Amino acid sequence: MAAVFFQEDEMLGKAYDSRIVRRLWKYIKPYWRRLLLAMLFLFSTSVTDLLGPVIVAIAIDSYITPTGAGTALSLQARETGVFHSAALYIGILSLGFTLRYLQGYTTAVMGQLIMFDMRSEIFAHLQSLSLAFFDRNPVGRLMTRITNDVDSLNQLFTSGAVELLGDVTTLVGIMIVMLIYNLKLALITFIVIPPLLFVVSRFQGAMRDSFRAQRIRLARINATIAEIISGIQVLQLFNREKQSFEVFRNINNDFRVVSRRSLFYIALFFPVITIFSSAATALVIWVGGGDALHGIITFGAWVLFFQYIDRFFLPIRDLADKYTTLQTAMASSERIFRILDEPPAVQDTPEPLHLAEPVRGEITFKNVWFAYNEGEWILKDVSFTIPAGKSVAFVGATGAGKTSLISLISRFYDIQKGEILIDGVNIKDIPQRELRQHVGAVLQDPFIFAGDIAFNIRLHESRITDEQIYQAAAYVNAAPFIEQLPGGYSHVVNERGAGLSVGQKQLIAFARAIAFNPEMLLVMDEATSNVDTETEYLIQDALEKLMKGRTSIIIAHRLSTIRNVDHIIVLHKGQIVEQGAHEQLLNQRGVYYRLYELQYSH
Amino acid sequence: MHCMQAQIFIFGVFMSGLYYLRDYLRRHAGIILLGFGFIIASNLLGLVLPYIIALAIDNVSNHGLSSQTFIFALILLGTALVTGVFQLGARFIISATSRDIEFEIRNNLYKHFVKLELSFFQQRKLGDLVARATNDMSAIRMFLGPGINNLLNTSVAILATFIVMATINLRLMLYVLVILPLMSIVFGSLNSRLHKSYRKVQDQFGEVSAKAQENFSGIRVVKAYAQEREELRSFNITNSEYVKRSIQFLRLDTLLWPAMYMISGIAAAVLLWQGGADVIQGRISLGQLVQFNTYVAQLTWPMISLGWVTNLFQQGSASLARIREVLEYQPEIADNALTNPEAQITAGAISVQHVSMRYDNNDVLQDISFEVPAGHSLAIVGATGAGKSTLVNLLTRTFEPTEGAIYIDGNEIRTIPLEELHKAIGYVPQESFLFSMTLAENVAYGNPEMSREEITNALDISQLSKDIADFPHGLDTIIGERGVTLSGGQKQRSGIARAVAKNPMILILDDSLSSVDTNTEAEILRRMRVFMKNRTAIIIAHRISAVKEMDNIIVLADGKITEQGTHNELISKKGFYHALYRRQLLGEELSLDAGNLPNESFDAKTYSNSATNE
Repeated sequence: MAAVFFQEDEMLGKAYDSRIVRRLWKYIKPYWRRLLLAMLFLFSTSVTDLLGPVIVAIAIDSYITPTGAGTALSLQARETGVFHSAALYIGILSLGFTLRYLQGYTTAVMGQLIMFDMRSEIFAHLQSLSLAFFDRNPVGRLMTRITNDVDSLNQLFTSGAVELLGDVTTLVGIMIVMLIYNLKLALITFIVIPPLLFVVSRFQGAMRDSFRAQRIRLARINATIAEIISGIQVLQLFNREKQSFEVFRNINNDFRVVSRRSLFYIALFFPVITIFSSAATALVIWVGGGDALHGIITFGAWVLFFQYIDRFFLPIRDLADKYTTLQTAMASSERIFRILDEPPAVQDTPEPLHLAEPVRGEITFKNVWFAYNEGEWILKDVSFTIPAGKSVAFVGATGAGKTSLISLISRFYDIQKGEILIDGVNIKDIPQRELRQHVGAVLQDPFIFAGDIAFNIRLHESRITDEQIYQAAAYVNAAPFIEQLPGGYSHVVNERGAGLSVGQKQLIAFARAIAFNPEMLLVMDEATSNVDTETEYLIQDALEKLMKGRTSIIIAHRLSTIRNVDHIIVLHKGQIVEQGAHEQLLNQRGVYYRLYELQYSH
Repeated sequence: MHCMQAQIFIFGVFMSGLYYLRDYLRRHAGIILLGFGFIIASNLLGLVLPYIIALAIDNVSNHGLSSQTFIFALILLGTALVTGVFQLGARFIISATSRDIEFEIRNNLYKHFVKLELSFFQQRKLGDLVARATNDMSAIRMFLGPGINNLLNTSVAILATFIVMATINLRLMLYVLVILPLMSIVFGSLNSRLHKSYRKVQDQFGEVSAKAQENFSGIRVVKAYAQEREELRSFNITNSEYVKRSIQFLRLDTLLWPAMYMISGIAAAVLLWQGGADVIQGRISLGQLVQFNTYVAQLTWPMISLGWVTNLFQQGSASLARIREVLEYQPEIADNALTNPEAQITAGAISVQHVSMRYDNNDVLQDISFEVPAGHSLAIVGATGAGKSTLVNLLTRTFEPTEGAIYIDGNEIRTIPLEELHKAIGYVPQESFLFSMTLAENVAYGNPEMSREEITNALDISQLSKDIADFPHGLDTIIGERGVTLSGGQKQRSGIARAVAKNPMILILDDSLSSVDTNTEAEILRRMRVFMKNRTAIIIAHRISAVKEMDNIIVLADGKITEQGTHNELISKKGFYHALYRRQLLGEELSLDAGNLPNESFDAKTYSNSATNE
């Protein structure tokens, strides 16, 4: 999968797309004053850069090898003149230094501020998207958007666009000064520009392709090593060391061969630029030398041309890099905007209704139809009512629609037909936030956040006191193991709860549900077979306590749980086929009876 | 002074790095020397270009011939072409060789990786190990390629340029000699501060990523508990700390290039002042002044790159140390002097004698002894953490016991060549790791030459054959990360097929039926019984149904054997096994309440996937 996404992310297109640029402008706009300032600094820097060689030229013509008026000066005066020129040069240089620094700093800070806004907006937008979106998009992809793609946009602001503008300003400035000093010599020197641009653009295409090929090969090396390390035990126990090395060697060699190609382009590129710049210098020597001999141009002007040619070719050398930066940034923006344009599938209504306090927790399904994909009905015409405070277990084979059904009560997805009511109010009319404050859910994969145990129980809810956390943990049998952890409730767990067993994570999830104390509770408790018997007992006991005194819906794999609920509803292929109490359903000898036989008996 | 010491230190690091890589370097010595030749030649020729310009200028100021300017132009272009060829050769040869050496080191790293024991990998992070084979490798390559290239280039350029400058005018040369090294010094000192500051930025970037990743992975919980706004607030705190640190970094970072420009500009200004006076006094010609100026411009990059090279060496040697750590790590579990190349496994009789295992000051196993005669079966039950997996991992020599000894067919396990031992054992882990290749290739992992029929037979035994029709390309469907995702049960059944297909003398199932539904489990066990005839089998399981027909059953608790015997013997002992049995019987009792049940199958195929989410 990784390799496929990688290629998708590698797609590059235009370096300039007016639609995207217009949209990016919205992010720059709040900082337009900074941008203006940066531009001002940028142009001033270019001017100071241009001035240096001009001062040298003037110094040569007026003092070093004077022509005209300068010839009358004494040696002493000429030396003083040179000193003054050098001092002016230093002055301009210092000004340039300050301006260059201010420009770089202003631009970079602006980039950071824009990136902050962008990351924050992406994150906020993702929070508003419904689960259907997360089902479709793997976490890795979303991560790339919020990290790499935002970063390459930063490149656009700081090194790409702004530097490019600076380079272009300098180039144009150099050309103008050259034209002013000597039109003919300037035009002759410019002869090398068209072939140079042609060669640079050819190089740029070839280099880009070979770099991309190289990155894909490197990703393959990465994936192979990661896989082999993950499966090292199997590899060794099956004596596959030698064969796997042969496979790796080929992948490694592939990378080497492709890298060699891009190396050749890089190695060739710089000498080629040098040759072009030497050709321009040769032209200046030849044509300019003749003119200088005939007094058509001064020595200062001639030397100015030499100096400018050096400066002229430096930015052209980096042009290819900048172009790629722009392209990458465009592609990244497009991917970011695609996410920002994704409308939340589940939205709050503009005129919301509120649940009457105290919330009782009566759940009603009225002819509910639901499908993830059009036409593939997961639930077909499901109707039932759970009176406040009662517990119901849903039973059915995998794919019967149990998990979907309880996801609907939290409004993780919207139904296509029918109504879901809580205390008589359609859940589509209740703000999602309010709804979920009353409907708690214990999910199948007990997710643990990096942070301490207390945080994992109360999350960001500061109204839950420490005391309530302890009580909740004690209530669901989690307290004994938590207290044994170093630091107890302030014990910090790593990402995804590494170091805790599956059973312990489940108990923490239970404590979380209790601490939030919702009127309605949904529990997805599918088989977790690698829980030891002792923990299994604790979980079972905690489950019973969880359901006490609140409307509960549970998908259970434990027999004891099913026997303790008030009512069992049997789902089969998206429809309710049977309902009633455990014994009653067994005696019916229908679907439940057979399901039960398969799922719960040994 | 401090700076000097640092330079000497870095030089030492550089030399020891080269010494470590001497075998690789020696293999490519010829081509490297050729590259060096090109570097020297291109630098010397590079000095000629400004000289030609100087000659051309002076020719004009001495009122020379107009035709000569054309000749100077031609010579300049010709010299530039030859220089270009040398530059191309130098860059390409050195870089390509560094790629070759990178290729060789990476191959060796890989070969070494696959020799190391599991505990080596368990003590390290996957990402970190992968980084050694990729990021660290590029750092070493940069050290060898651009690093050495730049060092040599810079040394030759600086040395030669200063000599030529001295021949023109010693005093002017001394001015340049005082000013230009400031570049390396400023670059070096700014850079090391930048490095520290950048690390802080990177750390915070890690926090931002971790925060986002966690939110996206746990989005269900976030939504279920209506924590979206709070999560955004908490993300933005991390996010703005990142911006704060970045700006701190940028304050310094954006100073770097302007400072370089400034220093090189100062040199140019001093030249204008002092050199200008020299021209006025007739000590040097105008052409020579321009030549000097061009040299200063040409030296700018080498001076900066001295600082950069220092960095490359630091990074390269840090990376080299990380690679060495792996390459010099001697696997504890490997064939050695104890190994008897003749030792063979012929029947599969296992004898475990007083085996103990300590790990991190915990007694994982204590004084374990048991025998499994050839062709017999043994089941191990016990709570999570009792040491069951560790025990079977000792039999594959994935781990080594702290005390005691294990014998297979009378040979002490450490005397048996690892390849022989691994050939004899078919091992199925709890979480079957499958490779990103086709299902058939995964099953035939123990023997790539396996026939299609053997593969199908193995899949029949593990009962995965009935699912294969649902795979897009049947047996040739690519599975794993880049292909079809299998359910937990399907993975376990693939793992069983893989071990069975290997046709091993000893079969070990490490709780590898846990995600398989009971009906399929029964069917697998039925077929296994036939397969296990004349093979030794060790099965770890949680369900009584999976272990009750084994020849011998061991109950492990806290690393000790607490009960041992056949199913019936253990039931009568009324201990742990009995309690486990009772609890599992609960289900059966209930179904008996409902009367005599026909054993009909209900939609069994859906059930085999019970471990997947809906």
